[in-house]
Amino acid sequence: MTRWLPILTVVAAILAIWYVACVPMNIKEVLTQQERAGVEVFPPSAKERRDLGRLGLVASNFSLIGPSWSMERARLPAPHQVASELWKSTWDEEVNGRRGIVRSGSLSNRSLIYHGGVTLGATMVGFLIGSLLGVLLAVGIVYNRAMDMSVMPWAIISQTIPIVALAPMIIVVLYSVGLSGLIAKAVISAYLSFFPVVVGMVKGLRAPDQMQLDLLKTYNASDNQQLFRLRLPSSVPYLFTSLKIGIAASLVGAIVGELPVQRGGLGARMLGGSYYGQTEQIWAALFVAAVLAAGLVWLIGWIERRTLSRMGVVA
Amino acid sequence: MMLVLLAFAIWVAAWALNAWLANGRLAGSQAVRIAVPLIFGGTILLVWELLVRGLEIDLVILPPPSLVAQTFAANLSTLWADFVQTILKGALSGYVIGCLIAFTIAIVVDRSDFLRRGLLPVGNFMAALPIVGTAPILVMWFGFDWQSKAAVVVVMVFFPMLVNIVAGLADTTAMQRDLMRTYSASYWQSLFSLRLPAAMPFIFNGLKVSATLALIGAIVAEFFGSPTVGLGFRINASLGQLALDMVWAVIVVAALAGSAFYGVLTLIERRVTYWHPSQRN
Repeated sequence: MTRWLPILTVVAAILAIWYVACVPMNIKEVLTQQERAGVEVFPPSAKERRDLGRLGLVASNFSLIGPSWSMERARLPAPHQVASELWKSTWDEEVNGRRGIVRSGSLSNRSLIYHGGVTLGATMVGFLIGSLLGVLLAVGIVYNRAMDMSVMPWAIISQTIPIVALAPMIIVVLYSVGLSGLIAKAVISAYLSFFPVVVGMVKGLRAPDQMQLDLLKTYNASDNQQLFRLRLPSSVPYLFTSLKIGIAASLVGAIVGELPVQRGGLGARMLGGSYYGQTEQIWAALFVAAVLAAGLVWLIGWIERRTLSRMGVVA
Repeated sequence: MMLVLLAFAIWVAAWALNAWLANGRLAGSQAVRIAVPLIFGGTILLVWELLVRGLEIDLVILPPPSLVAQTFAANLSTLWADFVQTILKGALSGYVIGCLIAFTIAIVVDRSDFLRRGLLPVGNFMAALPIVGTAPILVMWFGFDWQSKAAVVVVMVFFPMLVNIVAGLADTTAMQRDLMRTYSASYWQSLFSLRLPAAMPFIFNGLKVSATLALIGAIVAEFFGSPTVGLGFRINASLGQLALDMVWAVIVVAALAGSAFYGVLTLIERRVTYWHPSQRN
């Protein structure tokens, strides 16, 4: 309880700020709507209202702010509006909708479960490929001096550049050679999770100190035995740390990869929402992305705790 | 076919040269340590060029590096305008604002244990989220110009910075704090002469992570709407014309900007945290 009280307080404060912020953010649209409904608005002309700031409008029309939290297509939808949109586009759409899984037997293409699944699939495939290649390259780097000196500086530099900028191009190029959909997005995800894993794993494989390496040498251990008995086990904590960074990057890659091709996925939902001014749709997609990211990072953390306690590392 | 074979031969030769350099007597010297990655990078460019020409790969799939260099040189003024728009106006202003806000809030939070225990987990959670997703919302609020890009960058940079600064401010030992107390130092004196300097390695770690995030935020936000200038806009527009050489030229600009940004931060870090074990040879 003592751990959760401060966190809950902070979350409650954020929600409170959000509700308060809805008033000035939506005031212009609220007043326009009220005026059309015949309510007297101050100042009366639209031109004067434009010149008055948002806070000024709130101050002079304080009795009219009621609809701030129930506007359609609000500039800032209130938390409960986002929550209801989330409910509508997940449970409600699947269970009661004509195209939902209950009536049609397949996930509705209007539901966030479907779009989240599309993004999750690309993320996972890309993440698995990327981190596997990353581990392999890291082993190569640790055991081959030439590889170490040639590749490692570039791997480090590549972390300082915004690789996501490549995403739209990868999509278009892969499309022109006949690859599209999940594979193209997975390539971007793999690429983004690749470098963090390489850098983390190299650090991890080099974690055993000279004393331990010398001990294996006195046992007359081969390179293979050294890798599997000493270096790989001692790199596990480093591996999990970089996997957490990698999977978050993979998710961002998949979302950005969905922007140029409007074929489903959370990125497509966000871009679609921003084209049609459906703010609640953007927020809902954003929350699903957040839940996905948190879930994936938590999953890796859970596997990490299980693995480390199984290996006897004090957690 | 000749060119493909030549590419293969060059690859093998360069690799042999690197292997010889890396395992040779001079492997530890500064010159070799710089030469080996440069040879590797140069070889990749050369092999890329030869393969594209040898296999006659379509320009729409992969342009050769020489063409990218030509395009880069021919469009310097356009690329400079994009650089100013995205990097200087969007990313840098957002980066500075975001870091300053995070710094101020971190100092405030640090005074209250309750706030710290509440904000740190929330901040850690937020730092792992795909915050680029807020781009469409912020573009809607702040318009298409650089202000909305700066806003995206502020949001992206804020949480990693906050977490790092708060963690850094907590990184003093009881012994050090007791020493300050025996000097009867005030809160501000101990903040400026003990805790801020001690937090510097954490702060620079956050600054470096945020530098990459800032560029990503500024470029990706342009995919959701931008004026007709900017790196993200240029990538999208050139892709529409299938002018892949231009896309690659823009990526070169982004890569140069990113490494320069990071390099400057590393230099400053070396001046500021010269006392830290990671900076001493």
